[in-house]
Amino acid sequence: MSAPAAHGSTPDYFIPQPSSWPIKGSIALFLMALGAATWINGMFPGPWALAIGLAFLVYMLFGWFGTVAGESEGGRYSGKVDVSFRWSMSWFIFSEVMFFAAFFGALYYARVFSVPWLGDLDQRLLWPDFKAQWPTAGPEIAESFTPMGPFWIPTINTALLLSSGVTLTIAHHALKDNKRGVLNLFMFLTILLGVVFLGFQAYEYAHAYSDLNLKLSTGIYGSTFFMLTGFHGFHVTVGAIMLIVVWVRCMKGHFKPDHHFAFEGAAWYWHFVDVVWLGLYIVVYWM
Amino acid sequence: MSAVLDQHGHSHGHDDHHHGPPSGLMRWVMTTNHKDIGTLYLWFSFIMFLTGGVLALGIRMELFQPGLQYWNPEFFNQLTTMHGLIMVFGAIMPAFVGFANWLIPLQIGAPDMAFARMNNWSFWLLVPAAMLLVISFFVPGGATAAGWTLYAPLSTQMGLGMDLGIFAMHIMGASSIMGSINIVTTILNMRAPGMTLMKMPMFCWTWLITAYLLIAVMPVLAGAITMVLTDRHFGTSFFNAAGGGDPVMYQHIFWFFGHPEVYIMILPAFGIISHVVPAFARKQLFGYASMVYATSSIAILSFIVWAHHMFTTGMPASGQLFFMYATMLIAVPTGVKVFNWIATMWKGSMTFETPMLFAVGFIFVFTMGGFTGLICAVTPIDIQIQDTYYVVAHFHYVLVAGSLFALFSGTYYWIPKWTGHMYDEGLGKLHFWASIIFFNITFFPMHFLGLAGMPRRIPDYATQFADFNAIASVGAFGFGLSQLIFLVVVLKAIKGGAKVGDKPWEGAEGLEWTVPSPAPYHTFETAPQVK
Repeated sequence: MSAPAAHGSTPDYFIPQPSSWPIKGSIALFLMALGAATWINGMFPGPWALAIGLAFLVYMLFGWFGTVAGESEGGRYSGKVDVSFRWSMSWFIFSEVMFFAAFFGALYYARVFSVPWLGDLDQRLLWPDFKAQWPTAGPEIAESFTPMGPFWIPTINTALLLSSGVTLTIAHHALKDNKRGVLNLFMFLTILLGVVFLGFQAYEYAHAYSDLNLKLSTGIYGSTFFMLTGFHGFHVTVGAIMLIVVWVRCMKGHFKPDHHFAFEGAAWYWHFVDVVWLGLYIVVYWM
Repeated sequence: MSAVLDQHGHSHGHDDHHHGPPSGLMRWVMTTNHKDIGTLYLWFSFIMFLTGGVLALGIRMELFQPGLQYWNPEFFNQLTTMHGLIMVFGAIMPAFVGFANWLIPLQIGAPDMAFARMNNWSFWLLVPAAMLLVISFFVPGGATAAGWTLYAPLSTQMGLGMDLGIFAMHIMGASSIMGSINIVTTILNMRAPGMTLMKMPMFCWTWLITAYLLIAVMPVLAGAITMVLTDRHFGTSFFNAAGGGDPVMYQHIFWFFGHPEVYIMILPAFGIISHVVPAFARKQLFGYASMVYATSSIAILSFIVWAHHMFTTGMPASGQLFFMYATMLIAVPTGVKVFNWIATMWKGSMTFETPMLFAVGFIFVFTMGGFTGLICAVTPIDIQIQDTYYVVAHFHYVLVAGSLFALFSGTYYWIPKWTGHMYDEGLGKLHFWASIIFFNITFFPMHFLGLAGMPRRIPDYATQFADFNAIASVGAFGFGLSQLIFLVVVLKAIKGGAKVGDKPWEGAEGLEWTVPSPAPYHTFETAPQVK
């Protein structure tokens, strides 16, 4: 683990050598964007470019994060670098909060403005029978559907995610106390809870499509419901992958009681998806 | 693990005691050096500036006289849309990030940016995004023609070009967010000992706040265009009234991003001007603390004024009043800045080299753009001039004479530090005078056109607008050609010219002037002590 320090690397700073990971990531994203755009328009190269790009992106992420993990275990990151990681992860989570804010904002706007406006006197001429009442699929989508209530899957999922926050904290304390057995066990439990959450969500979606006639195309209710819970589920998946990587690293003996930011960063992210879920649980399922 | 071996492999061909950069194309592709990446950003943005400029000339060519001469209306719409997208996301924003990369580590006494590899990725993501935008011109149906704001329901129609545009914006957004996180972290954590926040150079302050704005609003743009994408292809109804959504909602979400975005494009310009004016007035910046507070106030206010872009799309009178007054409030901190620059010049020992010419030009012409902004903010007036050439004139006064002139000013100011050579002063002055004269010939008549009622984004117009349009088109071609002077000046300074010492400007202050010119490949490997 004695990669040579680049110029500028002092005890305080870490400046890496030139790296080919970023350009690989750029090529991957280019292929993915081109593939996705052509695919949804039914054109060549479509799914092929998307699949190749995605595979290349996974390879890049694996290699890049592998490099970082190697550097960290090689003792290349000083306390100052650690602080940089902390700042950057905080700001990254802030950017994620703002991403969700756009979709929560859309839900708020639909419920407070656009749906009531569609039911007001001006629109009566166009849509005399439309009742501006949430949940709605809008004045033109005639198919009836059943909205998704909080019982029982979302409530069980809330309990699962909240418990996973507890198990993750127990794992963190075990890491700080250097109890590696407890650490590995509770990391496993956290991931298990996350995966069960995702399983329930998949079941919930299948239930919505087959039993409730609730689809992504079910007007504004379906749009906001699936986009909000879907993006949340995607973030849970990403968080679970982070936790799995951290778990594997724990079992390989990585991290020290006083030096384990990868663990903490993944934990912050996990708590973030937890908090977003609480918002969803209240705003999407209850209200 | 393979990656670590990769580093070993690389280090074989790399002499650890050799202080120059590695050679060849791969230097630029794989670099982790903030100066290399800054240079890449600056060249990229200049190429995009010329590309967007050519599109603008295509627009002005068509508008030189009434009637349809060169383009069909669909292609004309593609020209206006792509001109806007390329100039905003390809030229102005990356140019400021280029300045940030070059200058922030030098100004705060850090050896590099906090995350050097991610810094490389921030830049190299722009290239595929730009390629997607260029490709979109040549696909069936052509590029997106919805205007740079991509309003629904225009953007929920159209073909492949629109989807390529959406994905390009996603990638550029990722680039901006990573770049901004890097900048914030560098500024907050890597300052030399003794450099407290309130001793930090103004350029760093403005970028700190800009980066905060970027992190806050780029994800909102990503959300908005994701909703457009799902409305287009996956059956959602966010912007479709038939499904209970609302096209106006797109405008709200977009402008929640879009209004902070305009400050993202001007705050770093304020930073540059706050360095150039003191240097050439040979005085300290007047009211440093008030500058910091003014910049922060502008950033906070920028979140609560978005709906002034949509007074005519229908909102309650109370909403119109709120957004009108909130918008006018921004004139206060902006006024603080303008008066501080003027007070800095007051009784200064001034000389007018090219950077100072552009800075004074900036203050003069940008302020005019600010005043027309104030006029646009007044709801009853805005209802008359919404979507007319008056608005086009207004935002080109703040974007071209504001952001772009500040970028020129900064380039002339720091190019001796970047290249080690003084630029050609005569050509620089010619560039300034040609730019400011042609700029006003191009855009000043647009105020009259707008007040007379000429709508924007149309390829043909009533004959009553012919004279001013002809003048504007002549000015636009003059302005475009003048920028080639800039290219010549920069190339000449890179190839040769009078050698300069550490500090070529008598009145310049800051850590960047304590290192040799050109700045060595690695600087501040040991942090300097700031008193």
